[in-house]
Amino acid sequence: MARTNTERARQSLVAAPPLVFLVVFFLAPAIIMALASLRYPGEFGALAPLVATKPGEEAGLTAENYRLFFSDSIYLEIFVKSFGIAALTTLLCLAGAYPLALLMARSAKRRRDLMVLLCVLPFASNFLVRVYAWMIMLGPFELLFTPIAVICALVYVHLPFMVLPLYTNLERHDPLLLDAAQDLGANAWQCFWRVTFRLSLPGVFAGSALVFIPVLGVFAIPEILGGIGDWLVGNMIKEAFLGVRDWPFGSMLSIMLTLCVLAIAWVTARLARLGGGRA
Amino acid sequence: MRRFALGVEIVAMLVVFASFFAGEARHAVIGIGVALLGAAALGGVSGAKSGGQRGVPGFWLWYASIAVYAFLYIPLAIVVVFSFNDSKLNAEWVGFTLAWYERLLADEGMLIAAANSLFIAFVASAVATSLGTLAGIAMHARRLRLLPVLVFAPVAMPEILLGVSLLIFFLNAVQPALGMVGVDFQLGLASVIIAHVSFSIGFVAIIVRARLAGTDEAIFEAARDLGATPWQAFRLVTFPLILPGIVAGALMAFTLSLDDFVITFFTAGVGTRTLPLEIYTMIKVAVTPEVNAVSTLLMLITLATIVIASRIAPDALRSQA
Repeated sequence: MARTNTERARQSLVAAPPLVFLVVFFLAPAIIMALASLRYPGEFGALAPLVATKPGEEAGLTAENYRLFFSDSIYLEIFVKSFGIAALTTLLCLAGAYPLALLMARSAKRRRDLMVLLCVLPFASNFLVRVYAWMIMLGPFELLFTPIAVICALVYVHLPFMVLPLYTNLERHDPLLLDAAQDLGANAWQCFWRVTFRLSLPGVFAGSALVFIPVLGVFAIPEILGGIGDWLVGNMIKEAFLGVRDWPFGSMLSIMLTLCVLAIAWVTARLARLGGGRA
Repeated sequence: MRRFALGVEIVAMLVVFASFFAGEARHAVIGIGVALLGAAALGGVSGAKSGGQRGVPGFWLWYASIAVYAFLYIPLAIVVVFSFNDSKLNAEWVGFTLAWYERLLADEGMLIAAANSLFIAFVASAVATSLGTLAGIAMHARRLRLLPVLVFAPVAMPEILLGVSLLIFFLNAVQPALGMVGVDFQLGLASVIIAHVSFSIGFVAIIVRARLAGTDEAIFEAARDLGATPWQAFRLVTFPLILPGIVAGALMAFTLSLDDFVITFFTAGVGTRTLPLEIYTMIKVAVTPEVNAVSTLLMLITLATIVIASRIAPDALRSQA
């Protein structure tokens, strides 16, 4: 199909408005935040000026925030702990979502849509309502303000992110493969583990990334349901910005979190390609 | 046997659910529920042996799935039930009342927050739908490099990152810049709307592009061969084809905006309240069944949006999933 110059120009015209909007309100803020992580905090919070306005004032750029991060183990510890909590949440989501997704994929067409809808429906209620629900659920059992409460709510809030990619993957499996495996002498467990699960790995990785990444940034759940010891990376960032108002330090934490997210996305993409076959 | 075991499990789940209203007898009731669950599992095992189906035995899937559905619905059901409870504590069922809803409707702060939420959701979803549709069309027409990254990144990354970067941006770049031309910019409705647009564009674009990817390219060429101008081809062929996607995207953007807490939390400033922010404050300060009442009403609104969505665009829900 021949593409003329006018057509190209027209296509650019279509792409321009969203592009401009996102450059101004997404890319520019991201760059400003990256720069902010290299600046000094202002006298009354926020940022210090880039050029000193009075003698003796801290101004300009510095790597101090990053040095602080690596000099005190408490920050690294919270990052490591957040990774642990995110991994646990991901595993629990996987354990809960897998049977559900498998059942959906093996159900009749009519029932399938209803089951998907039933799974997504609670997800449509407000995030805070779902957290609040766990506050009431766990209140009578004296489990509030414990790590268990935090994990329960994290799994609850992120479960659909695991179910949907798993279901879209499992739905495409050819049932004849299982017949073949059975004919070749595989028992039920082998059929599952060596055929179904193996083929569903791309879905598993996609779902895991969709659960793992947002958990790292969560702050409301540990704040509402956990104790002070249950803080995650998100809580540190929130505290840096709105509590002590040390923007450069908060920006540095945000940049570190961004790097973690990029690393995880890269790893899962690699894993999906290695273990995957067809997605 | 399987059918029986599944029946036992459903009863067991209801018993566990009832334990929340049992007061003193709570532990006993939970015990009964767990015992029933065990019975269901045993029944299922003995039943599963007889039916040698391929793959994982169906019974275990049903058993686990019912447990997951119970996990999904029991907490929300408790919130709804306690919103009608005639007691300040969310612990024991005392009696039926509508007092919490009455208090809610008399709460001026809450009503202002609801109005703010609706206003923000309307404006943000309208802007996000237009920009997202353009982005979806542009990404379908040509392999672009920068636009897809900018469209998908806000969808994929933790919300808090977008929230704090916009906070710095508004207070450290926009405020001084507008201050120089004599405009006093403060965090408020405008900053919240802009923030909501920037994360909703991606969702709309994904849905619209999926819709376009599912259509036959030949249709567009046929329109051109028949002498349609580009504008006519868009208005008469492309637009009607992607309309269900646009509607689905708009509804998605609307509910996302209505529900958003994290990004609003960072970009709203002190004066502007939305419903999620109100709920957050209430949960943190004092938990009363008024929160249950708001939650129940919010659930009804989202439920209504979904029903409307499934009526307007029946395949919209599926394309999201």
